[in-house]
Amino acid sequence: MGNVNIVINDIKLNVPDTMTILEAAKEANIKIPTLCHLNLHDLKAVNKVASCRVCMVEVEGRRNLAPACATQIYEGMVIHTNTPRSVRGRRTSVELLLSDHPADCLVCEKNRQCDLQKIAADLGIRGELKYKGEMSTYEKDSSSHSIYRNLDKCILCRRCETMCNEVQTCGILSAMDRGFETVVSPAFGLPMVDTACTFCGQCVAVCPTAALTEINKVGEVWKAINDKEKYVVVQTAPAVRVALGEEFDMEPGTIVTGKMAAALRKLGFDKVFDTDFAADLTIMEEASEFAHRLQHNGTLPILTSCCPGWVKFFEHQFPDLLDIPSSCMSPHEMFGVIVKTYYAEKFNIKPEDIVVVSVMPCLAKKYEAARPELSHDELQNVDYVITTRELAAMIKEAGIDFEKLQDDDFDHPLGESTGASVIFGTTGGVIEAALRTAYEWLTGTTLENVDFVQLRGFEGIREATVKVNDMDVKIAVAHGLGNARKLLEAIRDGKAQYHAIEIMACPGGCIGGGGQPYHHGNVEILKKRVAAIYSEDKGKKIRKSHENPEIIKLYEEFLGKPYGEKAHHLLHTHYIARKKI
Amino acid sequence: MSKYRMHLLVCGGTGCKASDSDGIISNLEKHIKEHGLENEVQVVTTGCFGFCEKGPIVKVHPDNVFYIEVKPEDAEEIVKEHLVKGRVVNRLLYVEPTLQERVGQHKDMAFYKKQIRIALRNCGFISPEDINEYISVEGYQALGKVLTEMSPEEVIELVKKSGLRGRGGGGFPTGIKWEAARKTASEDKYIICNADEGDPGAFMDRSILEGDPHSVLEAMAIAGYATGAKEGFIYIRAEYPLAIHRLQIAITQAREFGLLGKDILGTGFDFDLDIRYGAGAFVCGEETALIHSIEGDRGEPTNKPPFPAQSGLWKKPTSVNNVETFANIPPIILKGAEWFSAIGTEKSKGTKVFALAGKVNNVGLVEVPMGITLREIIFDIGGGIKDDRKFKSVQTGGPSGGCLTEENLDTPIDYETLASIGSMMGSGGMIVMDEDDCMVNVAKFYLEFTVDESCGKCTPCRVGNKRLHEILTRITEGKGTMKDLEVLKELGEAIKDTALCGLGQTSPNPVLSTMKYFWDEYVEHVKDKKCRAGVCTSLLSYYIIAEKCIGCTACARVCPVKCIKGEVKKPHEIDQSKCIKCGACYTACKFKAIEKR
Amino acid sequence: MCPIKSLDELKALRDKLKTDIDVREAGEAEGNIKVIVGMATCGIAAGARETMLAMLEEINKLGIKNVTIVQSGCMGSCYAEPTVELRFPGQEPILYGNVNSEKGREIVTKHIKDGELVQNLIIGRPFETV
Repeated sequence: MGNVNIVINDIKLNVPDTMTILEAAKEANIKIPTLCHLNLHDLKAVNKVASCRVCMVEVEGRRNLAPACATQIYEGMVIHTNTPRSVRGRRTSVELLLSDHPADCLVCEKNRQCDLQKIAADLGIRGELKYKGEMSTYEKDSSSHSIYRNLDKCILCRRCETMCNEVQTCGILSAMDRGFETVVSPAFGLPMVDTACTFCGQCVAVCPTAALTEINKVGEVWKAINDKEKYVVVQTAPAVRVALGEEFDMEPGTIVTGKMAAALRKLGFDKVFDTDFAADLTIMEEASEFAHRLQHNGTLPILTSCCPGWVKFFEHQFPDLLDIPSSCMSPHEMFGVIVKTYYAEKFNIKPEDIVVVSVMPCLAKKYEAARPELSHDELQNVDYVITTRELAAMIKEAGIDFEKLQDDDFDHPLGESTGASVIFGTTGGVIEAALRTAYEWLTGTTLENVDFVQLRGFEGIREATVKVNDMDVKIAVAHGLGNARKLLEAIRDGKAQYHAIEIMACPGGCIGGGGQPYHHGNVEILKKRVAAIYSEDKGKKIRKSHENPEIIKLYEEFLGKPYGEKAHHLLHTHYIARKKI
Repeated sequence: MSKYRMHLLVCGGTGCKASDSDGIISNLEKHIKEHGLENEVQVVTTGCFGFCEKGPIVKVHPDNVFYIEVKPEDAEEIVKEHLVKGRVVNRLLYVEPTLQERVGQHKDMAFYKKQIRIALRNCGFISPEDINEYISVEGYQALGKVLTEMSPEEVIELVKKSGLRGRGGGGFPTGIKWEAARKTASEDKYIICNADEGDPGAFMDRSILEGDPHSVLEAMAIAGYATGAKEGFIYIRAEYPLAIHRLQIAITQAREFGLLGKDILGTGFDFDLDIRYGAGAFVCGEETALIHSIEGDRGEPTNKPPFPAQSGLWKKPTSVNNVETFANIPPIILKGAEWFSAIGTEKSKGTKVFALAGKVNNVGLVEVPMGITLREIIFDIGGGIKDDRKFKSVQTGGPSGGCLTEENLDTPIDYETLASIGSMMGSGGMIVMDEDDCMVNVAKFYLEFTVDESCGKCTPCRVGNKRLHEILTRITEGKGTMKDLEVLKELGEAIKDTALCGLGQTSPNPVLSTMKYFWDEYVEHVKDKKCRAGVCTSLLSYYIIAEKCIGCTACARVCPVKCIKGEVKKPHEIDQSKCIKCGACYTACKFKAIEKR
Repeated sequence: MCPIKSLDELKALRDKLKTDIDVREAGEAEGNIKVIVGMATCGIAAGARETMLAMLEEINKLGIKNVTIVQSGCMGSCYAEPTVELRFPGQEPILYGNVNSEKGREIVTKHIKDGELVQNLIIGRPFETV
């Protein structure tokens, strides 16, 4: 380990020998185009398969071209990134990919978001394609509620496979068959719905083309809005407001809560509510459940249950541990059931006329909304889930100039929220929010500093001990299902003892969800979203869920006691053991 | 002298077994018993003799008589005449084509004359299923020598000095590979024997494992000692059942004899090995793909570096060597580096086993010194072209190699020269073609193989080879353009430059080399819509030559689409609009009255 | 089979086993003494098989290595069967006649081992050299 001297395009560099050519070139401000390469540094998600053969460069003394993304540098290495030979190699790879890729860019889901489209444009590939021949065609998979697979558009970059296998350890997607017939697919070519897929959507988040996209519900939502008989309410998750702006070329990390509310109203929703309100409600229930378990020798640790990808993961992978997660429904489900009961009653609207639309950073929420047990009086709690991306598409379609919108507020009740609910959008946030409430309940004292900074950050598994009365409460946080698995296995093997654990399926938590604007491999974008979340929290007057006045009112008027009978009936759920494969 | 005065060596290789050498053995034993010779004559099942064209082979010692094409029913005559009366059964002797004489002893046969058998030294000489026989021919002495007299560094130095290079295709110096694995510090290291032989027509590794499995086990243990590995794996394709069977026997016996396992020969050295089965994917012969396959992952190559010697099986330093490479190791240890490096050329030492196939008289497995010419192999050892046709080309190196021509026949062959003329050594496949072979079609055949066997990981190999194959198909169907030829060359070169592993990097070789040496044929296909070899069916038609046709109706009767009309005893005619060019009439006509044009 | 404990043990085993396989190497070797026993119907009828086996036994007993015993068809000396021809490398062949088992052993001990001709049994030089 040490530094080595190399030369790239006549620029002399002295850089650590652990670098790849690609990384070293970056130091010299030399851009080498990449396609399959992905490195979400802080999240330890690296796709280095070097399969696309786009980043090819010439290395003196080497027989063939070298892939910059996967070739380590060595002392005295002389690299040329822009010779006719390397450009020919690069172009050929892209031209070959295009020869087996539908040319329907204009009507493609990923139009203007597609990495292949961009690289073809950057390389100046225009006009008639050089290579033509048989195209791969596969049956489209729309079997699930979350993920749409159109493998005609797959370029075998294998990023999805890396996410699914190495980062999330779900092992649903992997390459099958070989040669030209190679396809990324679940085992036995099963449709997604029949697999142990958690629908976390990380495969979609990193897919460079439109091979993997969400199951789009924009059409149905428009239809509901335009249906005069329906009373359409919308709720938006915490992580949406810190990412939506990116779709309108705003700086990542811009908080657009006000503009978003305004836009939703303009789209024609009857009421614009906030899932943050329901997040506060979740904390009321979850903190009560935690306190209850602590005080009554209940099963510990308690695991958060607001992430549907995580819920499905433990149902498949740890069916023997179904008693440890909190029985709380996720916030948007709680919201749905409150709208169709409390709100409907209060404003005298027939529950069956109400359509609840959730705007989520998440693809698993789409699947979750369809879980049969998440219903009340034969009505699903949530009718439609659309992603941040889909909302942006609706705003664009409606011709709304998003950036110029005046800030607007949510409707009330069910629109008020606290800082505690905002931080649901990032890893560590839910448990921090729960602690803010549980602490006060258990100690009977006021928590002065609500910032549990030791729970924040990007480390895959984090731990903290919080003194509650004379008890050391041990907390753990994991994000990314691979980290969750490690934690759960340690618990199952009795190697780790915690009182409470927060788990989010997506690396980074909801800000990195599968329904968010595409980050195109830039992890800085995710970090900016996190910063925005915490700054929104800081800016809130109320930062503890149990101090939310609309929540207090909800319990007084309707639910009774937190974790009480009615709350239990409406806001809690159960889990189902599912098969591992 | 031995207990038995005579030994009958019967080939038990896969090829001869397929021609019922088992039946020969049981019949021989039966008749030997009938004549009361069971205490005088021993029947030994051996590995392959290499002369597969004329199998099954039975060799009689000490008379050293070589019988070919023996059938089970010949056993009686061999016993009655040769064993009892001492009279050689002449009709079962090989006829040397050049001399038109029957030859009794293999050393007089041209097929064997120019061969030097090192890797194949015991094939066809000992029973592969009896460790005693291996021990009696110096087996495990090399292991004993390195364990008692040499340091690991000395072993590596010796192998380096011998000049031995990887026989699986790449030709990487074996000693340097071992040295790299030795130098990488690690508690665990592995030795892998690559027995995933996949080149079409190549079967030397199978023959070695079937004929002399212990030589590989011994060499792996030596490699373990040299590199510091205690564990080895033999990665063999599951469609080699006989080789697997014999390996299993060999491993069990070696363990019983204490030649594998703990404290080998009381020296404190531990080494054991196991078999891992491949499912027959060609790409798994690539070492990184092979390692992934053993690990239970998809058999796909990964970028090198890191090389397996740095980070291989389970990320531990691993030396992957081919079967034939290993088979060379014990003699090198026993006879010395100088002995080995005296054979061969400057940069390629020792011998190479080739699987000689195609339009050549003596198809089989031959082991020749490096530096021999193609002409010597094809015309002396191979006995020339079948049916006295004209030599056109020879393809070496399997799907990664290229097609060479008449003008290359006198090039002394080694790794470098083959590469410099657009082909490669590969694992030693050698397919001889005559004027009836269409070179465009040959290129298409190899491409079809690589398209089929590509793992699909990298773009150039997955899509590029597919496109090459499509263009070649167009050309053979008479739909090619001159532009296609340009694209073919450019794309082929780009694939070589960009593909991830050896499979992709060499897959365009058959196309590029045929384009280089047989450009005219390509142009003919494109411009004249003509295939001079008469292979590309789309480009030819069958005609009946009226003067030669006697109206026997044989052609009309075999025509599957009934497009041949004509009265009996009058010249027939083919309806070109209906003809599907299957060639059935051509084969059926006894009067050479049908021609392809 | 118990494990081989040392290289010396392995070498000893090899030396012991080597004799089993000598026949094959003899066939390949150029410098061996060849013993050709006439084994046509006439020879067999006269006891050539017994002679050959006796000679074999004697050769084994004396531990002589460089001998190859082969059989041949009728050598044309049917009157003197069993016949045994001895060929020393580079020398004229010698043909013995009326070789019964006992005389066979004598040929081994005298001619093969000590290089002394067994004069009274020589019936001449074989026909092909005549």
